[in-house]
Amino acid sequence: MLVAGFVAASASLLGSFAILKRMALVGDALSHVALPGMAIALLLKINPFAGAIAFLGTAVIGVWAVEYKSSLSLETVVGVFFTASLAVGALVMPEHELIEALFGNITALTPLESVISIALSIFLIALLLVIYKKLTLSMVSTEMAQSIGIRNKRLDLIFLLGFALSVALGIRFVGALLMGSLVIIPAASAKNTARSLKSFMAQSVVFGVAAATAGIYFSSRYALTPGPVFILISVLIFITTLFVRRMRAV
Amino acid sequence: MKNILDVKHLHIEFNGASILEDISFSVEEGSVLAVIGPNGAGKTMLLKSLIGLIPCRGEITWRRGVRIGYVPQRMDIETDVPLTVNEFFSLRGSEVTGDKIKKALDSVQLNPKILTSGLGEISVGQRQRVLVAWAALGEPDVLLFDEPTADIDITGQESIYKMLYNLQKEKGLTMLIVSHDLNVVYKHAQSVLCLNRKNLCYGPPRTVLDSETLQGLYGGDKAFFQHKHG
Repeated sequence: MLVAGFVAASASLLGSFAILKRMALVGDALSHVALPGMAIALLLKINPFAGAIAFLGTAVIGVWAVEYKSSLSLETVVGVFFTASLAVGALVMPEHELIEALFGNITALTPLESVISIALSIFLIALLLVIYKKLTLSMVSTEMAQSIGIRNKRLDLIFLLGFALSVALGIRFVGALLMGSLVIIPAASAKNTARSLKSFMAQSVVFGVAAATAGIYFSSRYALTPGPVFILISVLIFITTLFVRRMRAV
Repeated sequence: MKNILDVKHLHIEFNGASILEDISFSVEEGSVLAVIGPNGAGKTMLLKSLIGLIPCRGEITWRRGVRIGYVPQRMDIETDVPLTVNEFFSLRGSEVTGDKIKKALDSVQLNPKILTSGLGEISVGQRQRVLVAWAALGEPDVLLFDEPTADIDITGQESIYKMLYNLQKEKGLTMLIVSHDLNVVYKHAQSVLCLNRKNLCYGPPRTVLDSETLQGLYGGDKAFFQHKHG
């Protein structure tokens, strides 16, 4: 539960920026890339987490380069390439591992993996807190960011690498199919209720952690897979915040 | 007067298409340069290349140590963006204090009450002022101002220009202004640069802006007048 809390905290904090940047579906696409990485790692008998990280890292650097160098639409590239990697992953992955990879199972983590997950989550949170002002500014206006000496391209890459790390962390928890939601739903809920950046970030983390801990609790109590339970609780929170937003608008 | 900016033989290409060809001009310290031209003439691209945001060929030489403020044409934000005006100012970094923000708001004639509003909620005209104040917080030597086209009505535009020129007089700012409004150019600019992919004219407005140049620039009187009021 502790691991889930930390992973959810870092993912939802990252998600708040993904929402600001309108990259909501990038998490989904990225999680597909992790799949063949995990599959190949399993075949080679190394830790699937390492495989996921390696593939994700390569993918985001590829995306970043394409965004700046090519005239192809980023969405096209991501759509084609990332779905292909899902297909490859599904073929290569041993069948009994596939369900776990697709839907996650955080209870299967070894103690060492748990410690590493928590450490990396803390690192990601710290990284985001250090760069959040620059990140927000470059999302609001690249020109203004550039005018005060922020290097937008480099910042973009750091953010994407953070995104990759977050996906790799979360994939053990909710699985490749639901990973996008771990990043996006808490932040989308927070956007309904928050008006300032600080409360937006804070609420996103609170929603994420609350859904994660509640998800683990209910899933262990009723012997369910934690990932889907977490997502459903997040969706409930999202629907509640929609009502809050509605009431405010009146 | 010394030049604060020298541009020589600037070329910009985008996806293989030429956006700007062989542009040369310079800007004197403390002066106002107006950049005019039809939509799609490459005016915004020119400003972006001057701050190094897009790649280009040619020479761009700023005076050493110059501080540049940039006011973009429009911001890519949603009306419900969770960011207050105050937070937007604080994105500049920790050297921005409440006092400085108040002074900057004062110079653009905005009420400090606006600080708690969301950046996406305020009107376009107010946001334009917020952007100018934001740039002013950096105590720039040069202000690059990309005029919003259809978003603000004429009176709103005039009051923003008034405020800009007050700011310029007070602080001795150099300004590069992208504008559609020829009145602005005649009244306030010491020199004008007409762009339509190529450099069509450059010099003091009263000498270089004859009707022939304008026709070449906008493709006839009619097109020009429509543009002005659009």
